[in-house]
Amino acid sequence: MSEAAAARDAAPSPDSAATAAAAPTAAIADAPPSMLGALVQALRADPGAAAGCLVILLFALAALLAPWIAPYDPTSQNIARAMQGPSAAYWLGTDEFGRDLLSRIIHGARPALLVGVFSVVVSVAIGVPIGMLAGYHMGWIDRVVGWGVDIMLALPSLLFALMIVALLGPSTGVLVVAIGISHVPIFVRLARGSTLVVRGLEYVSQARSFGASDFHILRRHVLPNIVGPLIIMATLSIAGAIREEASLSFLGLGVQAPQPSWGNLIRDGVAEVLEAPQLAILPGIALTLAVLAFNMVGDALRDMLDPRDLTAATSKKH
Amino acid sequence: MAGPGNGASASAQDSAAPLLSVRDLRVAFDTRRGRVVAVDGISFDLDEGETLGIVGESGCGKSVTALSVLRLAGRAAHILSGSIRLAGRDLLTVSDAEIQAVRGGEVGMVFQEPMTSLNPVFTVGEQIAEPLMRHRRLSRRAALDRAAELLDKVGIPTPRARLASYPHELSGGMRQRVMIAMALSCQPRLLIADEPTTALDVTVQAQILELLAGLQQEFGTAIMLITHDLGVVAEFARRAVVMYAGRIVEQAEVGALFERPLHPYTEGLLASIPPMEEDLDSLRTIEGTVPSPHAMPPGCRFAPRCAAVRPACRTIDPPLLALAPGHQAACIAHADYRLPAGSGQAHADTPA
Repeated sequence: MSEAAAARDAAPSPDSAATAAAAPTAAIADAPPSMLGALVQALRADPGAAAGCLVILLFALAALLAPWIAPYDPTSQNIARAMQGPSAAYWLGTDEFGRDLLSRIIHGARPALLVGVFSVVVSVAIGVPIGMLAGYHMGWIDRVVGWGVDIMLALPSLLFALMIVALLGPSTGVLVVAIGISHVPIFVRLARGSTLVVRGLEYVSQARSFGASDFHILRRHVLPNIVGPLIIMATLSIAGAIREEASLSFLGLGVQAPQPSWGNLIRDGVAEVLEAPQLAILPGIALTLAVLAFNMVGDALRDMLDPRDLTAATSKKH
Repeated sequence: MAGPGNGASASAQDSAAPLLSVRDLRVAFDTRRGRVVAVDGISFDLDEGETLGIVGESGCGKSVTALSVLRLAGRAAHILSGSIRLAGRDLLTVSDAEIQAVRGGEVGMVFQEPMTSLNPVFTVGEQIAEPLMRHRRLSRRAALDRAAELLDKVGIPTPRARLASYPHELSGGMRQRVMIAMALSCQPRLLIADEPTTALDVTVQAQILELLAGLQQEFGTAIMLITHDLGVVAEFARRAVVMYAGRIVEQAEVGALFERPLHPYTEGLLASIPPMEEDLDSLRTIEGTVPSPHAMPPGCRFAPRCAAVRPACRTIDPPLLALAPGHQAACIAHADYRLPAGSGQAHADTPA
């Protein structure tokens, strides 16, 4: 339980430190709002987001430093120590092959974050330009893109990813591409809709009246003004991708044994759920925490990236 | 036509030829209910450094005319015929790259809505610098220096500090000043101002008009002022074009137009300005509404609302004719109006 507990314990402490520091700073504060200042301010205003950031940071560190911080090799088996409960040597106990659960959960953060982040990079890189072009130019481009999106959305995204994995065979790279592509239609729709709104705004006509090219308008005037919803969607999409990676691994179509992933840890744990419920529950908690954290941070990022909200927050203080 | 003569004769020719010459412009829009002709064969000129007011109710085609000059009327707009010559070059036929160079370079534009005409995510300085960097190839630093000068010229206090402001930190009047600074940044020869003061309150309106007049003197920019407000035209323009239902119904020097309007529509517009000296129980209006562009009346388009309507008005579509020096109107009721042989009938035959 220590990892989750540590995250919960650690979360409030910087917050209380922040509130303690807030009083004197607020008195002096008239500093111009910088990006960092805005971040600190947003985190102070929203403890949930601060906790989310912390959880993501912890998981990121766990993923990055897994070989050094995991107490054991996550794949080394020792039947003699199979199915042990938590102990000083094995904090979270061991599985049916005597592998250390804590080490396996720490290593499981790697495929989760890797697939989560890079699959969204894939969906954004493909979906946003297509959506922006469709929303900006309308006409036949929009109709063709619309059909494609409708066809893809007719299938559940997990099923779509499953089809791609079935086609290309399970591996982390294929997971990234498969989940990434399955999320493309969401970004196409969002980018198209937001572009459609921004395109009709006066500053776009204004920019055109100053001789801006379509490409320039899309890059300078449309993209910065639709980035807010895209960031929220990207963060939510990371959460979704982490879940889908776990689902596919649970089904045996993602990360392959003996490499640990939260999904295949849960699957292995389910078999032993009566005897040692922690084997399924603890990876499940890690998964839930990661998903929750990305969702909360998504909301906080939106608040921070909207320049109008930013000044509203600053002026509230005076 | 300007031959490679000496400088003096070339400039003499320049000043003689109008800066902007619109000829027989027809613009149509495709709508669900079919094609609608929003601007139907209008012609007018604008001289270097002159201010021309284009007046009319909403829907009369004045904004479409203004937008068509820069080919900004949108994808649904089709230019059926005509030409728009800026210093001799037809803007309707130049390449996309050329028209982009004209936009913001030779022709600046100020829109009606200062609250939404600036991009909320960039500072004022960045936005003014943009056209300067594009058209004048200035470095970022030089463009920002120039932006500060421009803000100073449009009467914004502490211009250096204002460069770092975001649009939402400025009032409507301030934003319109910023828009004007942007439009004038590359010293265009023509400024198109589409209802530049409509969204502002009256005192700010006066300040903005004064500012435009001052800048026009300084830069020698010609201004095409689109407005529904005859007061603004009277104060600000030298000449005015009155539009009704996609046509020009009268065109004259502002003084003549106000003293001796020749078209009943202009008369009606002037009469609907509330007089200062008497209290009216109700405002004078022109009876009726603008005809639907889907169902233009045959004959004179103003006939259904005209107080002086004659039977002939319902069949003859009167062309715009010169009735006095520099004064044109399109109304057969006028004593001096002589319909050119066959022309009225030809117009009446063209399907609306």
